[in-house]
Amino acid sequence: MRYLPLTDADRREMLSVIGAKSVDELFRDVPTSAVLGAKIGGLPDHQGELEVERAFQAYAAKNLSPATTPFFIGAGAYRHHVPSTVDYMIQRGEFLTSYTPYQPEITQGTLQYLFEFQTQITLLTGMEVANASMYDGSTGTAEAVLMANRVTRRHKALISGGLHPQYRSIIETTAKWEGFGAVIGKPDVDGLEDLIAAVDKDTSCVVVQNPSFFGHVRDFAKLAAACHAAGALLIVVVTEVVSLGLIKPPGEMGADIVVCEGQSIGNGLGFGGPYVGLFATREKYMRQMPGRLVGETVDADGKRGFVLTLSTREQHIRREKATSNICTNAGLCALAFTVHLTLLGEAGFKRLAEINHAKASELADRVAAIPGVKLLNDSFFNEFTVRLPKPAAPVVEALAAKRILGGLPVSRLIPNDPSVENLLLLAATETATEHGMGPLVAALKEVL
Amino acid sequence: MVQSLDRSQGRAGGVAAGPTNTHGTFTGNRALQIEEPLIFEMGQAGRCGVDLPEPPKVKDRLNGLRRAGEIGLPGLSEPQVVQHYTRLSQKNYAIDMGVYPLGSCTMKHNPRINEKVARFPGIGDLHPLQPVSTVQGALELIDRLAHWLKTLTGMPAVAMSPAAGAHGEMCGMMAIAAALEAKGERAQRKTVLAPESAHGTNPATAAALGFTVKPIPANERGRVDLAALKAALGPDVAAIMLTNPNTCGLFEGEIVEISKAVHAAGAYFYCDGANFNAIVGRVRPGDLGIDCMHINLHKTFSTPHGGGGPGAGPVVLSAALAPYAPYPWIVKDGEKWRVAEDGAKVEGTPLGRLKAFHGQMGMFTRALAYIMSHGADGLKQVAEDAVLNANYVMAALKDVMSPAFEGPCMHEALFDDSFLKDTGVSTLDFAKAMIDEGYHPMTMYFPLVVHGAMLIEPTESVAKEDLDQFIGALRSLTARAKTGTTAEAFKAAPLYAPRRRLDETLAARKPILRWKPSNNPPETDPLKQAAE
Repeated sequence: MRYLPLTDADRREMLSVIGAKSVDELFRDVPTSAVLGAKIGGLPDHQGELEVERAFQAYAAKNLSPATTPFFIGAGAYRHHVPSTVDYMIQRGEFLTSYTPYQPEITQGTLQYLFEFQTQITLLTGMEVANASMYDGSTGTAEAVLMANRVTRRHKALISGGLHPQYRSIIETTAKWEGFGAVIGKPDVDGLEDLIAAVDKDTSCVVVQNPSFFGHVRDFAKLAAACHAAGALLIVVVTEVVSLGLIKPPGEMGADIVVCEGQSIGNGLGFGGPYVGLFATREKYMRQMPGRLVGETVDADGKRGFVLTLSTREQHIRREKATSNICTNAGLCALAFTVHLTLLGEAGFKRLAEINHAKASELADRVAAIPGVKLLNDSFFNEFTVRLPKPAAPVVEALAAKRILGGLPVSRLIPNDPSVENLLLLAATETATEHGMGPLVAALKEVL
Repeated sequence: MVQSLDRSQGRAGGVAAGPTNTHGTFTGNRALQIEEPLIFEMGQAGRCGVDLPEPPKVKDRLNGLRRAGEIGLPGLSEPQVVQHYTRLSQKNYAIDMGVYPLGSCTMKHNPRINEKVARFPGIGDLHPLQPVSTVQGALELIDRLAHWLKTLTGMPAVAMSPAAGAHGEMCGMMAIAAALEAKGERAQRKTVLAPESAHGTNPATAAALGFTVKPIPANERGRVDLAALKAALGPDVAAIMLTNPNTCGLFEGEIVEISKAVHAAGAYFYCDGANFNAIVGRVRPGDLGIDCMHINLHKTFSTPHGGGGPGAGPVVLSAALAPYAPYPWIVKDGEKWRVAEDGAKVEGTPLGRLKAFHGQMGMFTRALAYIMSHGADGLKQVAEDAVLNANYVMAALKDVMSPAFEGPCMHEALFDDSFLKDTGVSTLDFAKAMIDEGYHPMTMYFPLVVHGAMLIEPTESVAKEDLDQFIGALRSLTARAKTGTTAEAFKAAPLYAPRRRLDETLAARKPILRWKPSNNPPETDPLKQAAE
């Protein structure tokens, strides 16, 4: 077995040092009823690299790769070009095979990039402090609601109908089992929802998404003011972080907590994970944040260095009094994010956002020109909603049969709701080309 | 005189600037140890590490919300970016470099074929919401891993979506809450029992779900005190959360009695599977009477720890808890795979959803590649070699260090600090001295039930000759500590790492969590001064 260095001779010698006759003796505390005489049945034995690769090639062959087809799906996961440098850097063993930086003297690499990452997140979101990442945007959003409950000592969250349906579902699940109230808005298809009147003295937070799940770009400054007047927090969720290159950041709208899905920068689609949650807030709420934080300090020689800090919030110190049970973050995905964003820099990040908006504008105009198709958005970034003259799910299936991945039927995420049955969500990033848009428009005309 | 371009100093406006350039070089560098500034100190307007085309001119449809002003991101060229992260990487210790014996973390070899297959086109680039007809292979792959996990644990169901071990704990404990609710007992059963030696995530999870955590003491053999446990069981108890093998590296030999007692009291048994590596392929937790267990794919199944994630924490469930498994899960209808997502008509009453999409697919792929590479025969050998290595360390050190409990241990060897008594050297000092010997320290001060704990988990990946050197280093450090005259030297360690001991108190007292331009005024920047 190529991964196991011990030889039979080693094993014998080691057993004699231990003073055991066989390895079975080392397992003597295991109840005899639970000891398996032989290896677990029904499972194959070990295989070489070649055989394993072939097995995965066979899995891959049964999927339709977005790289080989016109592709326009978004809905919280976006296909962007990731520079080669990113994947090369994150596969350096010193990053890939290191643990959480508990020993700062020999993990300055991880700690410094996380400090840089935290700074980048504050700049993008317009907030004061950011943590070293969350599992992803969806779980980070639920953690933000829990944090708002802690800060305000209230237990009622207002959830916008413009929030990604699966994010809403996670908040509902968290609310049910962790015991707080979540008022979930109806799907905000037109982007006209107004939550200001619903904010009251029991409200811990309002959770909105920008651009919304349906693509609308909104200004939440008035909502923020209403929240603050009522003593509630405004949580702004961004599932397409590239939009922050072009759109006024939530911090400038008065957000108290900003959660982003960071997948778009540096991280591939990967069938949904692992991704990276970005989490930022105001300095005054710093000690109520979940997750790891990296801070600057000095070493015994006075040299600048970085450490995990404020860990008295965390489970390994505070146990049942911790701000969350989180232990792992998404370190390597955060590295991919920060390397990609460093390559982009100010100019590249803004230009990437401009290109995305331009591509989506072009697609929106072309799709809206198809008879019977109505564009629902006055505003959008790189994703928008259209109403088709018939249910969207079979249309998307018909497109898939032509090897075109033509958007998301909203009914997949909001089932059993006739009002969204005909809605199709389409995204276009910098990866969209004429070779994709042309066939999509032609095929849509054909199947509608 | 040319001013030194040492980049290592604490920044003005940051935390105190101290004496600098301890190496006496012009740069502050020391051969391969290169001082590296922050990207924000390197950026120049006009530099960019990507080439993107000029965007087509279109009318904004941004609702008048175009961002004004600078974001503040630095501009670097591609070679600068490559050098920056390469230099940073060289300041990290890693599994790829040597023994990384962090107890409870299972820092085993991370095979590179796992990385390769996870990036295959048609696997790594799939969108999670593609029509299911276009991702049949991906769904089959997840189901295949699920089959392995169920078979290896002897459990009937598995929830694949939790993103990490702690997230899996949340999932399992929510399933228990859901089962209690279905029986009308949720309001009454508000207590969760957990041994004093439990991982911090256990009480944190239970508390988040509104349970009160009641600690169960250990006996003198480092196991759960069965009598105390039985005495604590009652109509108010929802569950026990127990790690097995436990955090002292010992197998809970009375686990079958424990599970019987827990079930007889109407409660559920949550098993923390962090230490599954010790028994994988040799013992099925399902045969021990557990109700659920999370499996850290980044521990037992080698997906990379990545500097603290991403992880993955699928949870196997007993027949009693399976009906409450969260969305989504994979279903096979005839020859076709599909996904049961929110709102789908299903058997059972799912507890809800814990994560967007389908879970940590990239980790599933890597874990399955690892599992297939080992096979059933190899996994059994993994457990045996992991346990053998730990017992070998224990046997080779027990005369000079102080084992916390009588052996044999499972996959990790636990020592207390009594062998350091009267030396002036603490567990922390001892661990920091290991850094100078070229090792990552073991887990320190955990579990909390052992004074000055040192928890060594070598894993199966370490060759005997490397273990012998590691043992030799620890014996040498022990001998040095016991001379009674070396406490100062230990307290000064590490001397040869990229940084010496860092002031964690200062970091927490005056938190600086981000770089700011004001941390680094141009007039005090030696680079700019030298340029002028």
